[in-house]
Amino acid sequence: MRLRRLYALVVARNKEFTRDRHALGWNLLFPLVVVIGLAFAFSEESERMPWKVAVHGEAATPAQEALLGLRHVDYLPVDELERAVRSVERHRVDLLLAFDGVQTRYWSNDDNPAAYLLERALLAALAEAAPGQVPELQRAQVSGAQVSYVQWVLPGVLAVNIMFSALYGIGFVTVRYRKNGVLKRLRATPLRASDFLLAQLLSRIWLIVLVSVPLFAGMAWFLGLAVEGSPWLLLLVLLVGTFSLIAMGMIVAARLVSEELADGLLNLISWPMMLLSGVWFSLEGAHPAMQALAALLPLTHMLEAARGIIFDGHGLLEIAPHLAALVLMTALFLAVGARLFRWE
Amino acid sequence: MAMNGPLLEVRELVKHYPGVCAVDGVSFAIEAGRCFGILGPNGAGKTTTLEIIEGIHEPDSGAILYRGLPRDARFREEVGIQFQQTALQQYLTVHETLRLFRGLYPRGRALDELIALCRLEGFLERDANRLSGGQRQRLLLAMALVNDPALIFLDEPTTGLDPQARRNFWELVAAIRAGGTTIVLTTHYMEEAQVLCDELVIMDHGRIIAEGTPEALLSHHFDDAVLELPEADFTVAAETFPLPVYRCNGRIELQCSDIDHAVATLQAAGISLARLRIRPRTLEDLFLKLTGRELRQ
Repeated sequence: MRLRRLYALVVARNKEFTRDRHALGWNLLFPLVVVIGLAFAFSEESERMPWKVAVHGEAATPAQEALLGLRHVDYLPVDELERAVRSVERHRVDLLLAFDGVQTRYWSNDDNPAAYLLERALLAALAEAAPGQVPELQRAQVSGAQVSYVQWVLPGVLAVNIMFSALYGIGFVTVRYRKNGVLKRLRATPLRASDFLLAQLLSRIWLIVLVSVPLFAGMAWFLGLAVEGSPWLLLLVLLVGTFSLIAMGMIVAARLVSEELADGLLNLISWPMMLLSGVWFSLEGAHPAMQALAALLPLTHMLEAARGIIFDGHGLLEIAPHLAALVLMTALFLAVGARLFRWE
Repeated sequence: MAMNGPLLEVRELVKHYPGVCAVDGVSFAIEAGRCFGILGPNGAGKTTTLEIIEGIHEPDSGAILYRGLPRDARFREEVGIQFQQTALQQYLTVHETLRLFRGLYPRGRALDELIALCRLEGFLERDANRLSGGQRQRLLLAMALVNDPALIFLDEPTTGLDPQARRNFWELVAAIRAGGTTIVLTTHYMEEAQVLCDELVIMDHGRIIAEGTPEALLSHHFDDAVLELPEADFTVAAETFPLPVYRCNGRIELQCSDIDHAVATLQAAGISLARLRIRPRTLEDLFLKLTGRELRQ
């Protein structure tokens, strides 16, 4: 019986959404316009100076010191070698130097013109510092195309779209239902509040998946972006993340009667998320206080997990902390939302 | 189901809102199969009383018994409700709205039967939010009947309808009553109560001020009739006329138990009887008598 009630409500809500051309149009158009706009704006690959060299370990010999003496080069110390190799593949750094005692290894990327020039410059510096000696140098080759900004920002734009759809589709619509009496009429039936909320959630998750998956696939194709990790894992992140955003919307939906107040509150939630969750720029290297704040927002975890899968081929183990954070937040939001809920 | 006692009983309901006592000790009992009316002006407490019974509001005190027991989950499944104002989900057709509500109940009427009963055939595929007043009320009634309820609550179902639509709606309610469904109806149209209700209470300021069948109420409170004349025809000063005279909406009314005498007095005063009308007492008169106010003020 409960399934039948849920089904009836989900079907009705789906129809309401898909027939509301404004809402549907906005949902499809917003990410397309933003991504295509950004694709044009960033179509010229900007010349990146200074060049970046990641450095792993400490320099122990004069020859190694010499490698760190080039002008107009940023040397960035790194802890994790594997991650740094990823960065070379993705052109986030142009070269990676790893010192291990007197041994020196370096990683260069065939597809990065800057890497070629840097390599020449480093070898020249070495020859100058220790003329006539054979340098103890091992070269490692990686390849991989640079992730353009537009490719990088694509998951962010879609996540913002999902966030608005989840927050407004649940928060605003339920408040409107309460204000105009739809909730009152539903309350006069055997329907329970939990069934109502569950139906809203199922309908919204279904609609978001239905909109987001083709949008992502289409735009990834348009931007020449291939997902490194498992698409199924990406779908899991989409589901878990959307669930947490919907649960957040349920807190707003719980008992407000004024649509204006709901709108204000939703703005108050969505704007900081849009700005602080690393949608438009990477949180790597951001102020620690901002990183801590970002870690409290579900959108941050959803995005970091998604980008990890898309760009770095992360598996379940690597994104597990983000999934755990999302599940925790969802449970918290649901508990608060259900506790506060009033039909009227 | 064998039934002893009333289907619904309400005892000493009280509901305060800040500054007003909306319902002030209301009690009544409704037998199965009857059409029970709650009559009163706007603000009398009719809707609050109804919505407390429906479980939308909690009373401050008082008891509500359904089939002799406090209401439980079964109550929600066995009653049908038509609110005074109801918003419907947007972008759904009449048919889809009915399917949605049918899906919320474990048991119910076949939709085709319901569509025929409430005469919805002509606009089934229309957007439920783009109906005429009468069509909309018929859809709301169908929604209230979707679970084949034993008891339905209709809160001012014909307010705002034109006279033709109102009469159509009355026919529908009569048909539902004939089918054995118990009906609780609020209205501020005395004619509606007189036509539809087997039994009624009159409410004012949160209290019941009279109750009984419409006939019993009228014969108990009145033993006279009303003579009506257009004000223009009443050519003498009301103060000098030997019988008490009331002015009402451009008409002159004389309340009299002896009609022959009143007519003779009018004639003696030289007043034309060409447009004289004699009518029996109505619930509207009763309300005026009990409260000193007109029902639709």
